Amino acid sequence: MPLAPLPAAGDLAHDDPRQYVWTMNFGPQHPATHTTLRLVLKLDGERVVDAMPDIGYLHSGFEKLAEHLDYNQYVTVTDRMNYVSPMANNVAWHGAVEKLLGIEVPPRCRYLRVIVAELARISDHLLANGAMGLDTGAFTHFLYAFNPREWICDIFEALCGARFTNSYTRVGGLMHDASPAAIEMIRNFPRRLPRVFGDMERLLNRNRIFVDRTKGVGVLSREQAINRGCSGPVARASGVTRDVRRDDPYLAYADFDFDVCCAEAGDCFARYLVRMAEMRESAKIIAQAVENLPPGPVNVGVDQRAILPPKTRVFSTIEGLITHFELAMSNRGFTVPREEVYSAVEAPNGELGFYIVGDGTATAYRGRCRPPSFVHFALFPHLIRGHRLSDVVAVLGSLNVIAAELDR
Amino acid sequence: MSLDETIDALKRAFPDVGASEFRGQRRVVVPREAIHRVLRALKEQYGFDMLVDLTCVDYLDYPDATDRFGLVYLLANTETNERITVRTFVNDPQPSVPSVVGLWEAANWLEREVWDMFGIRFDGHPDLRRILLPEGFEAHPLRKDYPLSGRGERHNLPVIRRGEA
Repeated sequence: MPLAPLPAAGDLAHDDPRQYVWTMNFGPQHPATHTTLRLVLKLDGERVVDAMPDIGYLHSGFEKLAEHLDYNQYVTVTDRMNYVSPMANNVAWHGAVEKLLGIEVPPRCRYLRVIVAELARISDHLLANGAMGLDTGAFTHFLYAFNPREWICDIFEALCGARFTNSYTRVGGLMHDASPAAIEMIRNFPRRLPRVFGDMERLLNRNRIFVDRTKGVGVLSREQAINRGCSGPVARASGVTRDVRRDDPYLAYADFDFDVCCAEAGDCFARYLVRMAEMRESAKIIAQAVENLPPGPVNVGVDQRAILPPKTRVFSTIEGLITHFELAMSNRGFTVPREEVYSAVEAPNGELGFYIVGDGTATAYRGRCRPPSFVHFALFPHLIRGHRLSDVVAVLGSLNVIAAELDR
Repeated sequence: MSLDETIDALKRAFPDVGASEFRGQRRVVVPREAIHRVLRALKEQYGFDMLVDLTCVDYLDYPDATDRFGLVYLLANTETNERITVRTFVNDPQPSVPSVVGLWEAANWLEREVWDMFGIRFDGHPDLRRILLPEGFEAHPLRKDYPLSGRGERHNLPVIRRGEA
């Protein structure tokens, strides 16, 4: 097998009867792709005639690994899918595992998972909007957006010790309960946000350069958004009023008052506005969740036999000891049905689902991830056709394609 | 039309369709010959206008499995927010199913990924190339007979030196 890259179909510009059309390679190493993805563009002057995405540069066999790591180990791999919002992936993976196993997590755990998932959403949208500004020339905006991500990392550090690759969830609960200090940090966090959003919006919303470069660029109609399987902010910016949090409320989302933010224009600017509006809604959810955080345990009881009991129970009760033993022995563990289940959450980028096939053992027989970035990047040729070369980065930024999740 | 009525109507129209439910998730199993007609009916008559995901499971080592590959179509209705899972089974040699790119454009890359990872052909797909792995790769690595490590790794590949390329 040759190591030199084979010519992809779009590379063959000389097959094109239009001799003036020439081919340009964009990526895989390019600052505006943010991660490693490659586009082969066909250009007529500065106008993009066609684009051919070439992906797979970051493919690392995550789905194969899902068949070899057990349900708790695999959560570390989900961190590395969408590394901008790893908490959302953790919540999605263990939500799917618990659906397969039939475990109901306690209310406190559900609220804490909602809080971390919404923090992850804010963190993801801040980066997406900040980077979109950066790509279209607004460097200051990027710094304004990046600063609050630091606060979110601090909260995650207080919750689980890791700032970036969190692996906070466990089957049937969480790694730790939130400490009073962490809860105080979460309580203060939404109060600091309005100023940040105000700064960001004052910088960009009426900025002539940004608006000219994003309005009317990469327009996605409602029918196309549905037909092409879009979800999340990309679909909602095109008028598809779908949100898994509202349509199929998982965890504790039914308890909170929040709006599903939509737009109708379907262009890059609408996607930017939807993300800005969603961050405000997430801040609302966090504020409600932390005020109403239920007391009680974060993990399911020993009777469910899903999570290691605290050491005091292991050493002082027979049930705790047996549970610990059953879970720690390699030939015991969970009772997994021979069934298949799909469970999705509203991740920052869209619907992040896991399709898990259980075969009765401690590892999944198949752990399929439905990555929103993959579905959204497939849109790219459709969105860019007819626009200019400089619009490529604006459209890429508005789709927020994370290559690690795209290639898995 | 509720999901129960949809499934009943589907069973009347296609007698070979089997239905099941697990944790609130409604599923139908369709024979391979009828899969395209069932999916078309679900889209055009019952309003399942979104293909959420298309994936495959290799049942080679699965206990009590009779078929080799199971294809899974996850559909959603954007009006009523109902979801349905459609499954079908294909077998060696030459596993193939009709492509659904004509129904949902979203299937384009998803089918390419299934072809890449499992080697299932989608008849009528406009551009069935590998998507994640390089074009010259020979195996389909998510099949169960492909090992986790050892095959297809870099040290197994021939090295092209500068000047030879």
